[in-house]
Amino acid sequence: MLAFILRRFALLPFVGLGVTILLFGLLQFLTPEMRASLYVKDPRQLSAMEEVIRRYHLRDPFPVQYGVWLKQLLKGDLGYSETAKMPVEKAVKAFFPATLELAVFSFLPILFLGVWLGTQAAVKKDKWLDHLSRFLAITGYSLPSFVLGLLLLMIFYGQLKLLPPGRFSLETDLLIHTDKFQQYTGLLLVDSLLNRNLSVFWDILKHLILPAFTLCYINVALLVRITRSSMLEEINKDYVRTARAKGLEESVVINKHARKNALIPVITLSSLLFVGILGGVVITETVFNYPGIGRWGVTAASQLDVPGVMGFALLYACLFVLGNLGADLLYAYVDPRIRLK
Amino acid sequence: MNKKSTLTIPETQESSGGREDRRRWWTRDSGFRTILRRVKKNPLSLLGLGLIFFFVLIAVLAPVLAPVPAGSRDSYEIPQSGYSADPVKPSREHWFGTTERQYDMYYGIVWGTRTAFKIGVAVVTTSLLIGILLGSLAGYYGGWVDEVLMRFTDIILAFPRVVLAVVIVAVLGRSLINVMIAIAMVDWPSYARLLRGDILSIKEREFVLAARALGANDGRILFRHVIPNAIYPLLVLGSLDIGNIVIYAAALSFLGLGAPEGYADWGQLISLSRNWILGSSGSPFEYWHTVMIPGGTIFLFVLGWNLLGDAFRDILDPRQK
Repeated sequence: MLAFILRRFALLPFVGLGVTILLFGLLQFLTPEMRASLYVKDPRQLSAMEEVIRRYHLRDPFPVQYGVWLKQLLKGDLGYSETAKMPVEKAVKAFFPATLELAVFSFLPILFLGVWLGTQAAVKKDKWLDHLSRFLAITGYSLPSFVLGLLLLMIFYGQLKLLPPGRFSLETDLLIHTDKFQQYTGLLLVDSLLNRNLSVFWDILKHLILPAFTLCYINVALLVRITRSSMLEEINKDYVRTARAKGLEESVVINKHARKNALIPVITLSSLLFVGILGGVVITETVFNYPGIGRWGVTAASQLDVPGVMGFALLYACLFVLGNLGADLLYAYVDPRIRLK
Repeated sequence: MNKKSTLTIPETQESSGGREDRRRWWTRDSGFRTILRRVKKNPLSLLGLGLIFFFVLIAVLAPVLAPVPAGSRDSYEIPQSGYSADPVKPSREHWFGTTERQYDMYYGIVWGTRTAFKIGVAVVTTSLLIGILLGSLAGYYGGWVDEVLMRFTDIILAFPRVVLAVVIVAVLGRSLINVMIAIAMVDWPSYARLLRGDILSIKEREFVLAARALGANDGRILFRHVIPNAIYPLLVLGSLDIGNIVIYAAALSFLGLGAPEGYADWGQLISLSRNWILGSSGSPFEYWHTVMIPGGTIFLFVLGWNLLGDAFRDILDPRQK
């Protein structure tokens, strides 16, 4: 088991190298001057252009540039993200908790609702619940997140003035950066409870509802469909008939016997989904003006902030490897026939 | 790869063999006619077909539905009536109202249908071609070719697609064509993987062995025998992805990376509405049309493809037979 986990972690450097070399290679299509323009914005600084190019090794051959970046990385220095106006490590620390909070808050409903609805749809195949779940699923993945997000904002922010965009209100923003509020984890929901400050808790929660709902509605669809088709396959198997013949209650047959076996593809999909949400739900975060990792990643990408993009890529590679590892461990837990070697 | 074979194969045998293969996947269980029959039986997929047909009609009839104003240089340029920032509600003059900076919404929606089809078809074709080429090479040759190509696809999949697409657009420059290139570049790995898996099993079948025994070279076996037998479900799945690709392109437009302002593109119409979710005091839904009309259009377009796709996926899923 431990050997298995360690071997999976050994993958991390390779994925990280692959992703960063690919990105670095892509950015080589730009001239050194174009890449320097991130640092030189004012025409009066034009004379400094050469200096910038030299300092950041922008004119050196590709392996040299990559080597310089790698050497800094090994020293623990990820560089300075110009778009976040802070070092990359700090930017990750600032943005990632926000995304983590959103991811957990939207993923749990997705998981429970998806598996429940998928099971029910399979059990009641071709009944109204099945049709309803199919309808919800298809409309769910036909609705772009930015459209749903804007609509929700129009209703709940524009009309009802209940649920605002952003991560916190101005008062909370002012409060949490003073000494009266200790930021233990960066997860403001947890921190506010630790600080025994319910008004901050409520404020953060209010800002989470709309983006979490958007993510939930759009992503639950796939999970429902996968659970349903996997359940349908299991329900028709012999062991289910045997269980019924033994006189077991239907709920036990479905929930204990069939569903556990049907969960394998669900685990694959939901781990991918969770990694996807953690890696930044770019559009949802942009629509709701939510200061998460995805919004930073996309800003860094569109403004060619090389250290920012590279840091973001590394973070995502880690999440990706961890997510796959988590899925494999879960397989072994759900299905004892799978042994991790 | 397509070296001239030194052994000439009797033409009649080879061509009849090829036709035999093709006839098999035309008539087998998941064949075209069965699919058509099952689509006809499923009312939801008929609705999807209807929606797609409706949009095809709009795209074809665009010059009739929304005549290009005299003096316009490019028919995809949305006519602009004035420069005022505030969107105007639907009226007799502007059926769907105007967007920020007075672009006519109706014109944008109608001509944007053409843009949507263009994006969808171009991206799907490109990524299918790349996916088919790399996937079949990996599956057919195996060994280090497979290893290199599949690790490359893994790396692309180990990166959030939107951000990778944004990097590509940022490097290539902001334009609609570059958005299409970027989406194709991040979209092909799933096709390559799918095809590779199918080819792994097909290349072991007898007709491949027979073709090799007849002296066909790798290129001929791959392109005449292996790929035609594996490609069919992929083509169906790929063409049904058009809906998702349009969402994707609209998302990049929404981030401000798409066509220049004023180009008839649904994503841009949405991004022009971003600042208008708050109405004026007293009428909070004053600018409802800026979100609802382009949003609803994208939704219906994608819904059409997904309704059809849902039925097709059930049909193509061997586990649900």
